Amino acid sequence: MDRNDLLSLWLTLRLALSVTAILLAVGTPLAWWLARTASRWKGPVAAVVSLPLVLPPSVLGFYLLLAMGPHGPLGHLTAALGMDPLPFTFRGLVVASLLYSLPFTVQPMQSAFESQGRRLLEVAATMRASPLDAFLSVAAPLALPGFLTATAMTFAHTVGEFGVVLMIGGDLPGATRVASIRIFDHVEAMDYGAAHRLAGTLLASSFLVLLSVQLWRPRRRTA
Amino acid sequence: MDGIRATLRLDRTGFSLETDIVIPDRGITSIFGPSGSGKTTLLRCVAGLEPAASGTISVRGERWQEGKFFLPAHKRPVGYVFQEASLFPHLSVAGNLRYGLRRSATSRIGLLDRAVELAGIATLLERRPESLSGGERQRVAIARALCVDPQVLLMDEPLSGLDQARKSEILPYLERLHEELEIPILYVTHSAEEVVRLADHLVLLDAGRVRAQGTLPDLLSRLDPGIRLGGDPGAVLEGTVGERDGIWHLARIDFPGGALWARDTGIAEGRSVRLRVLARDVGLSLEPPRDTSILNLLPAKVEEIGEDDHPGLALARVRVGSTALLARLTRRSAATLGIAPGRQVWAQVKSVALMDERGGGEEP
Repeated sequence: MDRNDLLSLWLTLRLALSVTAILLAVGTPLAWWLARTASRWKGPVAAVVSLPLVLPPSVLGFYLLLAMGPHGPLGHLTAALGMDPLPFTFRGLVVASLLYSLPFTVQPMQSAFESQGRRLLEVAATMRASPLDAFLSVAAPLALPGFLTATAMTFAHTVGEFGVVLMIGGDLPGATRVASIRIFDHVEAMDYGAAHRLAGTLLASSFLVLLSVQLWRPRRRTA
Repeated sequence: MDGIRATLRLDRTGFSLETDIVIPDRGITSIFGPSGSGKTTLLRCVAGLEPAASGTISVRGERWQEGKFFLPAHKRPVGYVFQEASLFPHLSVAGNLRYGLRRSATSRIGLLDRAVELAGIATLLERRPESLSGGERQRVAIARALCVDPQVLLMDEPLSGLDQARKSEILPYLERLHEELEIPILYVTHSAEEVVRLADHLVLLDAGRVRAQGTLPDLLSRLDPGIRLGGDPGAVLEGTVGERDGIWHLARIDFPGGALWARDTGIAEGRSVRLRVLARDVGLSLEPPRDTSILNLLPAKVEEIGEDDHPGLALARVRVGSTALLARLTRRSAATLGIAPGRQVWAQVKSVALMDERGGGEEP
């Protein structure tokens, strides 16, 4: 592997870690809200969260590009904040990946919260636990398998994305050239050996991430 | 002082709860009624688990709910035993107990030990909830509710999911709670047996409305067919074991106004016991009968006569001293003997059920 390959792997890792960390922080309350609410907004919000699952990445990427551009709402926002425009930057990749990987964070956690039902939270309330306390001491520990799945899926999915990255980030070494793009470059250049080395690394590491989740997953307990 | 005063209203589609209850400061108050009558909902309202309920609740002089003021569930000092034990599956038995202990306002020393001892779960502390039997789980749930040092104990059919053997395992612990706790206990059930065995006070619910409320002996000796527990009508009376006759294996139960002989079940002299006397086991006569096998003969005064389930039958409430008994007789007997309110009669009690630690009743 040459220096550019290693650079693309490092960039991929940074992107996946940033996106996973941010999505766990944002996705947990969102998943909790979706699992508990009786609001009429639940349906629309859930549908928006799931959109990236069914949309072609190029569609998502296209609209994101427009939104981030100088005339889009995100473009206005970055301009108002005195920041560089997001397209073709690492930050732009993070923002795009947040949207693209959102359902992989929210859905496992939402179903973990939903499967708990309300009873144990009511029990916690009758034992003087405030709603936040009950969430931290009962709901979150019981949803641990859901958290693990969400973390692994979000991480692995961000590592593997291609279309959105290509639309938003392009192919700038050290800034937006992630491993999946680099592999595409190798294949296009007919350098199958280099493509194999990088693709094999991704294949093996993704497998190891998913395997470790399976092994660490706590045994399912009956409530 | 009143234990709990609650005037509540809750509307749901197809069901509305509208109750006005007063519950004494000590002892077990049973909330009894058919399924769907709102028993559990009433309990949840007291615990603050139904934020949609409107009305007022005051408990031991403290205001929990009034107008717009609503003390949230986690600030109400209740212990709640749910129908299913609902233990926290990610914590051990000890962890479940400590959960409430750590969060209770007072965390009195010895609270945990006392709860463990009362529920008889000392050997289970290190176990995981999924390894416990149904009866053990329910006992842990009871101990856990006591660990929050509650001002009110709310129990929602704690025995309903258990078979007869498990029920008999837990009932003695409930009786100990009754004896030892100095707080009101609200006990939801649809089992007449549990009411007769445990309750001091009764709230009869039907379709979200209070049919009747009062002390158990008073309610059970009323003639109104609407307030029966189901099954045979009969009075409940409280007494103490006055004497045990070792030769004939009988125990004399003294109650205000008289005494009854029952089969000796080994309860020590001086202990208080509860007797259930079914109306069908009580006969009335104008003269004391001679040479009868029936041991218990009590002078009584007829107080009221009412309808029974069958047009040929009548129910009479008679007083022995200050204690009320129900007697079932045919309308023909009532007419030929001239049994009417105010009349002095002899009540022959054929059979007495002693509600004791072994569950169910014993007959002499």
